[in-house]
Amino acid sequence: MAETLTARIEMLGVSKSFPGVRALDHVDFHVQAGEVHALMGENGAGKSTLIKVMTGAVRCDEGEIRVDGRPVEIRSPGEARALGVGTVYQEVNLIPTMSVTKNLTLGRQPRRFGLISWRTARALARERLKPLKIDIDVERPLGSFSLAIQQLVAIARALEDDTRVLVLDEPTASLDAGETELLFQILRDLKSRGIAIVFITHFLDQVYRIADRISVLRNGRLVGEGPTADLPRLKLIALMLGRELEETEERLQTGRRAAGGEPILVAQGLGRRRVMAPFDLSLNPGEVVGLAGLLGSGRTEVAKLVFGAIRPDSGQIDVGGERIASPSPGQSLRHGMAFCPEDRKAEGIFAELTVRENIVLGLQTKRGWLNRLSYSEQERLAQEMIEALGIATPDADKPVGQLSGGNQQKVVLARSLVSGPSILILDEPTRGIDVGAHAEIVALIRKLCAQGLALMVASSELDELVAVSDRIAVLRDRRMIGEIGSGDITRETIIRTIAGSRS
Amino acid sequence: MTPGSNVETKASGIRPRAKVEIQAGALPPRLGGLRALAGHRAIWPLLALALILIVDGLISPGFFTIRVVDGRLFGNLVDILYRATPTAVVALGMAVVIGTKGIDLSVGSVIAIVGAVITWRIHNGDPHFVVLLFALGVGVLCGLWNGFLVAVLDIQPIIATLILMVSGRGIGLMINLLYGGTNPSFTSPLLQGLSVGHISLVPTRLILGGAIFGALWLLIRRTALGLFLESVGGNSAAADLAGINARLIKYAAYLICGICAAWAGVILAADTHTSDPVSIGLYIELDAILAVVIGGGSLSGGRIYLGMTVLGALVIQTLTTSILTSGLPPEYNLVVKAFVVIVVLLLQSANLRAVLSGAFGRGKR
Repeated sequence: MAETLTARIEMLGVSKSFPGVRALDHVDFHVQAGEVHALMGENGAGKSTLIKVMTGAVRCDEGEIRVDGRPVEIRSPGEARALGVGTVYQEVNLIPTMSVTKNLTLGRQPRRFGLISWRTARALARERLKPLKIDIDVERPLGSFSLAIQQLVAIARALEDDTRVLVLDEPTASLDAGETELLFQILRDLKSRGIAIVFITHFLDQVYRIADRISVLRNGRLVGEGPTADLPRLKLIALMLGRELEETEERLQTGRRAAGGEPILVAQGLGRRRVMAPFDLSLNPGEVVGLAGLLGSGRTEVAKLVFGAIRPDSGQIDVGGERIASPSPGQSLRHGMAFCPEDRKAEGIFAELTVRENIVLGLQTKRGWLNRLSYSEQERLAQEMIEALGIATPDADKPVGQLSGGNQQKVVLARSLVSGPSILILDEPTRGIDVGAHAEIVALIRKLCAQGLALMVASSELDELVAVSDRIAVLRDRRMIGEIGSGDITRETIIRTIAGSRS
Repeated sequence: MTPGSNVETKASGIRPRAKVEIQAGALPPRLGGLRALAGHRAIWPLLALALILIVDGLISPGFFTIRVVDGRLFGNLVDILYRATPTAVVALGMAVVIGTKGIDLSVGSVIAIVGAVITWRIHNGDPHFVVLLFALGVGVLCGLWNGFLVAVLDIQPIIATLILMVSGRGIGLMINLLYGGTNPSFTSPLLQGLSVGHISLVPTRLILGGAIFGALWLLIRRTALGLFLESVGGNSAAADLAGINARLIKYAAYLICGICAAWAGVILAADTHTSDPVSIGLYIELDAILAVVIGGGSLSGGRIYLGMTVLGALVIQTLTTSILTSGLPPEYNLVVKAFVVIVVLLLQSANLRAVLSGAFGRGKR
């Protein structure tokens, strides 16, 4: 009994304010030993802040933290680690140019006669990776591995012998199904060793597969807490949104229509050696074409080849009946295309620039540098987009780097919409976006499609593809292996196409 | 924490959208204004400048006196502006390059080449406005060269511009040989008029500097060039996907910087009316970078502050002039300068400010 009563880590009445924002408002949060505790909430609900308080990255204004019933003060990440709290943040924060060994032993290198013993370090690195069942060359730079492996290395780094609480902030965001399953196996194993695991994710089905308990935050307050079994999906979503949500699935289905008319975009034999085998693809106005496939199957590559962000070395592409001679993002833009990249931090946002500047850039590049949008036009466009997409920002002149991840994603989407494109390419449009925003974005896309926008969506989430697509191109190992027509779009047909050789 | 602010934060927790109005209403207007002022990025360099000037006023009572001598303005303040002009002009170009996450170490060498070319062409008997065009042409060529190395060959800016920095002064010396190199001095009413002359009471170079500032401001703020420059500096991968030709934009940045350096070269060479490639504009690149940084520019790129950069150049020059007029031995100059610069930069650091305001806030409670 005593075991279940004493939480491994407890946060009591924790509050934290940032200028203009009450990020946490008297939040209680308990994690028991040997449980996976999902922390849920929309963007800006306070999840990240709570985690940062727990791991010493941020200090709370009031409240108490207890580890194993003992009040503690966590003033720095180092202190958190000393207390047995290990963290893996949302964006992998290791050093890609350094070897796996160095990443794993940085700051605690084994020494011999005062010098670093790299031989011991390598052994140590392999030792740390063993429980995660990954067998890689620890001397290679971390950046040369897939994001999934990098994520696992980050977890290996957070896990120490005395780790009692492991915090995972969206660990599965960049993992495919198999890798996620591997991670879950590892989590179950860690759980059985009595480690308390805090798990943040936007994937609802993953929560139901792995979490024992759920805490829900909204606007900096704890609005619900309980065993997973007591919080069915709809109730959870309602708590997160603070309103009842009709089944999103059905609402989206109604928008589907048969494709017809002249295609607005035709790609023939488009490809690039070692990147993507040549493929054919066409897009009709008002149509949504999904790109399905596992991680690394070439979804992003197809999207970027069509947009000209990867220069094709074979094939041709016609937009609106006009051949694009040398495809480039600038050319594509002038032909009415827009692209929303997958990795918003690296390829999407300009952190120092304001929300307004980030948004209007989409139209400004099309107009050229001489034809500057006046300040009042910029302000109007930005306000329009902020309202249309529900971007949470006090004003349009806030640097985008200061917004939450989901809102940054919306800003990138706003930038691609502001140029009034006739073809929109979205690469993982809802990655790191909460349920409510997800529905808003999909609804907006539907509206634009009804007005004749042609849309291409690359996504790792089958449900999302099934919900929005009129047609799905299926990819495997960097070739296009099939196309599924509007009649048979289901999870099963997609999976069967990926798995089988049907084409 | 005051009761008023407590209510405000609670309210904002419930309705984030209404937060802005609530905040403005809860704060006394005067305090709100003060806070906005403290948050403005110009405040720290301005404070530093004011502080240095106040100290000057206390040490030497006549410091602020401005007289008219021989039909022109005289006095320490005029002197500061006068001497700061070449650095400020170079720093403006530097601010543009730094905004693209680049750097241009070659500006001093560009000045040396400009000085040598001016002397050479005047010895050659060219009309003096043609000589001026030659000088600016040198800036264009040097900018294109740096741009080629950075934008096309993709060499890291610090290395790419180091090439011209090292070779430039040598090129200047070689140009001196073109006319025998025996007497590298010249007289030119046009160029000296631009540099050391004055229009009614005002030194011409101040007008010239103001014109360069105005032209540059129009170029980057009244067209979208500034936004493009900043987006390339902020995130070049994202800029590429947004359809910006990053290569062309970087070219433009180095070109602008080269032309600015050339104008500074005209001013400096005409001032000394000689070609002295070894020492003209020596270390001006460092002062220019410093001016940009004092003005709040970050070497990691993404932002261009033209006005603030000029302010930065003024802080540096005011400091130098102050040390000289204060009676401190000139040997102290560099060390005192370094100390003040550190203080200004620390005051600008967001981290330190957070620590200070944290300590301040706790003290109030």
